[in-house]
Amino acid sequence: MEQIKKVNPVPFFFIILSIAGWYFSKMSIYFIAGEVITRLIRDGVLVLALIIPIAAGMGLNFAIVIGAIAAQTGWLIVLNYRIPGYGGILAAAGAGAVISIAAGWLIGKFLNRVRGKEMISTMLIGFLGTSIYQLVFLALYGTIIKCRNPEILLSRGIGVRNMVDLEPYRNTIDTLWNINTRGINIPVFMILIVSLFAAAIKYIMRTRLGKKIQATGNSPESASRIGLRTDRIRITAIIISTVIACFGQIIFLQNIGMMNVYTAHMNTDIFSCAALLAGGATIREAKIRHAFAGIILFHTLFIVSPQAGQNIFNNAALGEYFRSFIAYGSIAFALFFNMKREK
Amino acid sequence: MIKTIKNNIPQFLIIIFAAVLFITTLFLGMNTKDLVNDLVTRIFMNGLLALSLLPMLRSGAGINFGLPIGAVAGLIGMVISIELGFKNFSGFIAAIVILIPFAYLFGYLYGKLLNIVRGNEEIAATFAGFSFVSLMCLFWAAAPFSHPQMMWPIGGKGLRPVIGLKNFFGRSLTGLWNFSPWGINIPLGLILLFSFFVIIFIIYSHSRRGIAMHAAGKNEIFTTLSGIDVDKVKIESVIYSTILAAAGICIYAQSYGFLELYEAPLMMAFPAASAILIGGGNGTKTTIAHVFLGILLYQSIYLLSTPVANAILIPETTEILRMIISNGIILYALFSGSKVKYGTD
Repeated sequence: MEQIKKVNPVPFFFIILSIAGWYFSKMSIYFIAGEVITRLIRDGVLVLALIIPIAAGMGLNFAIVIGAIAAQTGWLIVLNYRIPGYGGILAAAGAGAVISIAAGWLIGKFLNRVRGKEMISTMLIGFLGTSIYQLVFLALYGTIIKCRNPEILLSRGIGVRNMVDLEPYRNTIDTLWNINTRGINIPVFMILIVSLFAAAIKYIMRTRLGKKIQATGNSPESASRIGLRTDRIRITAIIISTVIACFGQIIFLQNIGMMNVYTAHMNTDIFSCAALLAGGATIREAKIRHAFAGIILFHTLFIVSPQAGQNIFNNAALGEYFRSFIAYGSIAFALFFNMKREK
Repeated sequence: MIKTIKNNIPQFLIIIFAAVLFITTLFLGMNTKDLVNDLVTRIFMNGLLALSLLPMLRSGAGINFGLPIGAVAGLIGMVISIELGFKNFSGFIAAIVILIPFAYLFGYLYGKLLNIVRGNEEIAATFAGFSFVSLMCLFWAAAPFSHPQMMWPIGGKGLRPVIGLKNFFGRSLTGLWNFSPWGINIPLGLILLFSFFVIIFIIYSHSRRGIAMHAAGKNEIFTTLSGIDVDKVKIESVIYSTILAAAGICIYAQSYGFLELYEAPLMMAFPAASAILIGGGNGTKTTIAHVFLGILLYQSIYLLSTPVANAILIPETTEILRMIISNGIILYALFSGSKVKYGTD
């Protein structure tokens, strides 16, 4: 099939909006750069988690929310047993990874039954997982699950507090090897960690497994005809994605330093997907560079838009609404744009 | 009998669950009359939102996850009605009349979009709805309305997120022709209007266009061959669904007494979808009976679980439980409705 490859207009759109927003917001470019670097290490791994399911032909994996929930469960376990410092971070990541593997396997099984409707399914799986997670920590903690740390317990004796402090883990790994130039703080260690995940994904895609994932994504029929077990490959892809998302949320919360127990994971899917698409990815093709370019573009726009709204229309709320429109709108556009092209 | 149960496992589980909840509330000493009163009102105030999914289901456009688009049209109708100074029942009727052109336009454009993504309607509709709601947030914040009871009290710019309808048309329909035999409150006006929409739908589905719509849902290729423009029929069903959703939000808001703008309609599609699925709705085969049974079961569980959750001292569980049932049933429907069978190994 000879087809002229159309240029994806989304990144250009974001570039123009970001520049216009920056111009009207009158923000210092150093400030924006500093903020973008912070977002790059906060959200980087979460966005990277989306790449492998897209390669496997499953579209945007909104179920990375489940990975985020696993991470939060990991943090709550660590807080419950009061494991301090680096050991605590590792324990939280480990516990989260175990949950992610189990959950990813279940999600993968489910998605194999609803082929063609993976995206809406992952979205609803995210909602369902959220409810179950909320039920566990609101109703079972303090009753069935034994509370060992009364500081995170609600005063009624059942349920975890809405907000828990991750202060003991803050400023640990994210202040390692910091470099300060022109007021921009560059956390070298964390940049290395995010790059490590990017490299790992790149490596996975070059291994036999990666080739199998790509074959499944290109054409599940011909992949199974040459003897690939596409169901298992798709499950593996989702497990990897969920585990990476879990590590991503561990990093995100560690960097912020506190956790909104019942809501912190919500919208991680929307913002991560929107960022990836802003970088030029589609629902059929996503690369590492799309993730990084996307985070830079999307978050630049995110940082400048409230101030730009204030300066242009004298109304900061407009900028806030505008950025949530951009998040939803870029996903909607990508869906329609891709599906139209495929017809 | 056993076969019926086997085919409708979730429905039976939910009926059993509702029965258990009901018995528990009896033990807790709840006033049954109050519960029945609430149930009647809630069924009819949410009924049209669930019914609004029917035209699109019948035409094979799937569950209307873009219901917020219709809801926004309804909100526009109500806001304009208030702005123009209409009060009481005429305010409600004005809102319905005003929303129709908006819902028609939105439905037409939305239907055009859905025709592009045929086969993947669910996810595309979800994000069409999400992005439209967030786009309309800009409209609510900047639109040139001026009625002081709708605007932010300080600054006077932008609409409030929640507008009380008490001074406009709050409960104007729910309170119409009320009567209470044996202490049970029957909102006759509300029931009559809902019945009106149901009868219109029944007449429509027996008309030429209704039959064409259903045929398009059942077999697209066959319908095209018999000379029917499937694209057009589908758009028509989307417009119909959108208008019903817009009217549905008006009925809901006047019963509830508050108009909720901005991000309030964002998740509105999911409870309506799950209600129709709990009732046993299944793609193009969904009927009015599924809507009724679904809304009855859904609202019963919602009402009965509140006192039980309060009794065990964890009131948040009501909402969480409702969400679990709601999203669980939609997932179940996706799971059992998918045509691709397991096992390509």
